[in-house]
Amino acid sequence: MSKNRARALIRLGHWGRPLTIAIPYLWLGLFFLLPFVIVLQISLAEPALTQPPYTALWHWVDEGLLEIRINLMNFRMVWDDSLYASALLNSLRVAALSTLLCLLLGYPMAYAIATAPERWRVILLMLIVLPFWTSFLIRVYAWIGILKSQGPLNDLLLALGLIETPLTILHTQTAVYIGILYSYLPFMILPLYANLSRLDWSLLEAAADLGCRPFGAFLRVTLPLSAGGILAGSLLVFIPVVGEFVIPDLLGGPETLMIGKLLWTEFFSNKDWPLAAALAILLLGLLLIPFVLIQRLEQRLGGQP
Amino acid sequence: MKRRRWPLLTVLVFGYAFLYVPIGLLILYSFNESRLVTVWAGFSTKWYGELLRNQQLLEAAWLSIRIAAVNATLAVVLGTLAASALTRYRRFRGRTGFELLLTAPLVMPDVIIGLSLLLLFVALQETLGWPASRGFTTISIAHMTFSMAYVAVVVRARLTQLDPALEEAALDLGARPLVVMLRITLPLIAPALLAGWLLAFTLSLDDLVIASFVTGPGATTLPMVVYASVRMGVSPQINALATLIVAIVTLSVIIAGLALRPRRRA
Repeated sequence: MSKNRARALIRLGHWGRPLTIAIPYLWLGLFFLLPFVIVLQISLAEPALTQPPYTALWHWVDEGLLEIRINLMNFRMVWDDSLYASALLNSLRVAALSTLLCLLLGYPMAYAIATAPERWRVILLMLIVLPFWTSFLIRVYAWIGILKSQGPLNDLLLALGLIETPLTILHTQTAVYIGILYSYLPFMILPLYANLSRLDWSLLEAAADLGCRPFGAFLRVTLPLSAGGILAGSLLVFIPVVGEFVIPDLLGGPETLMIGKLLWTEFFSNKDWPLAAALAILLLGLLLIPFVLIQRLEQRLGGQP
Repeated sequence: MKRRRWPLLTVLVFGYAFLYVPIGLLILYSFNESRLVTVWAGFSTKWYGELLRNQQLLEAAWLSIRIAAVNATLAVVLGTLAASALTRYRRFRGRTGFELLLTAPLVMPDVIIGLSLLLLFVALQETLGWPASRGFTTISIAHMTFSMAYVAVVVRARLTQLDPALEEAALDLGARPLVVMLRITLPLIAPALLAGWLLAFTLSLDDLVIASFVTGPGATTLPMVVYASVRMGVSPQINALATLIVAIVTLSVIIAGLALRPRRRA
């Protein structure tokens, strides 16, 4: 090794620590944190027929005279027009209920996988993750075909004699719940599994030895011990669903008003960038508490595999 | 103690049926002669032929694959740096903020990431003149920003499991830190790097919302074409595309599974 190269390597070793920290830190600061500052700024601008379609927040009128125009109308509009408030509320409700649905189906599945024989576990887990690797958009698309009025679900229900006329499911709130449950189930199951697979089963045996019935032991031992997994899974489902766009757009109907879809429409159809920015700020505000929660959880679990 | 397993097994069977029946139907109807996707009219592979002649879709697919490859490669570099920073340096100024910035992209709704990055790119263009136009570069940057967070999770899990004695031994034997990294650490975390790369690749290939925001005229990715087509109604070509994607994913998972299987020592 030449002397220069050796010296360069030593220097690199010396700079290792600051570079390892600074490169990803700066990247995230520039492309993740800074954008929010700009969103906030543009949410206070006025829409305009210029390119880009918003007014500048400040400009120099004369030497030494800076004019700043802050426009609160976007937030005013969101406050006054009940459309936005009901979309926000509906998004929270849909997210909360779908989180519950994911938990109701995901918990027993995660429990069954965690208690399955060792050699089955890897396969079962793989089958949970596998759909996640195929296209999300196409998986939502699959449900359009299934839920149509002449689709296989209605055919099946008609053939079984459970219904007489085809049900209208597609383009309703029900279809949105089905789509969310389908797409987000793995996000619930994986943290629950990670939690349940580390459970000390001898605690349950102890409970049984002390005369506790299996269901009582589940409620008093297993459930409290898996609270961390429940919280992690719920947040992983709840937060993105509040802002979900694709599922309400493709499966939902006119009554499925969700904030993510509204933001998309304001931006792409109405070309009202400042209003879209204001909606993004509000959505971010709603998600602040769940964010802090998941952050705490991550810090606590961060060191563990 | 014998526990009753049948209620759990029922849920498990139902759950897996729920996950896989839609994919099965998607594949089945891709071989359907009829244009009305869900009415069976005989076996046909004509939709695959149409798919392969769909120039717009093929071009979009090629663009998406190139973006996904660039994104995955750079996201692995950034994500691995971030993961090492968190596992190697227990304390540094701004660590909490760093962790926050690294966790938030995992759950942040796509519409927020997309809109905020677009507004950043527009503001940068106004003040610095860069990026001159939006497309390949801006989509790749946007994808790297959230992909690196996923890579960091995967690599961090592997780094924390690593036995520090291996690196210490190499250092004690006189290897320089960089040599230790290249010859000890990187080979040990290689499976995580591969998993992270594949994850970042898939996430990028799959993204509709963020790419729609940050793209410009002329750069249409595969999900955008699929979305436009799906909005017009069900189309058997999309079923054919779905079947191909499922086939590729299944094949890669099997290959990766065989390649990464822990080797038994003789």
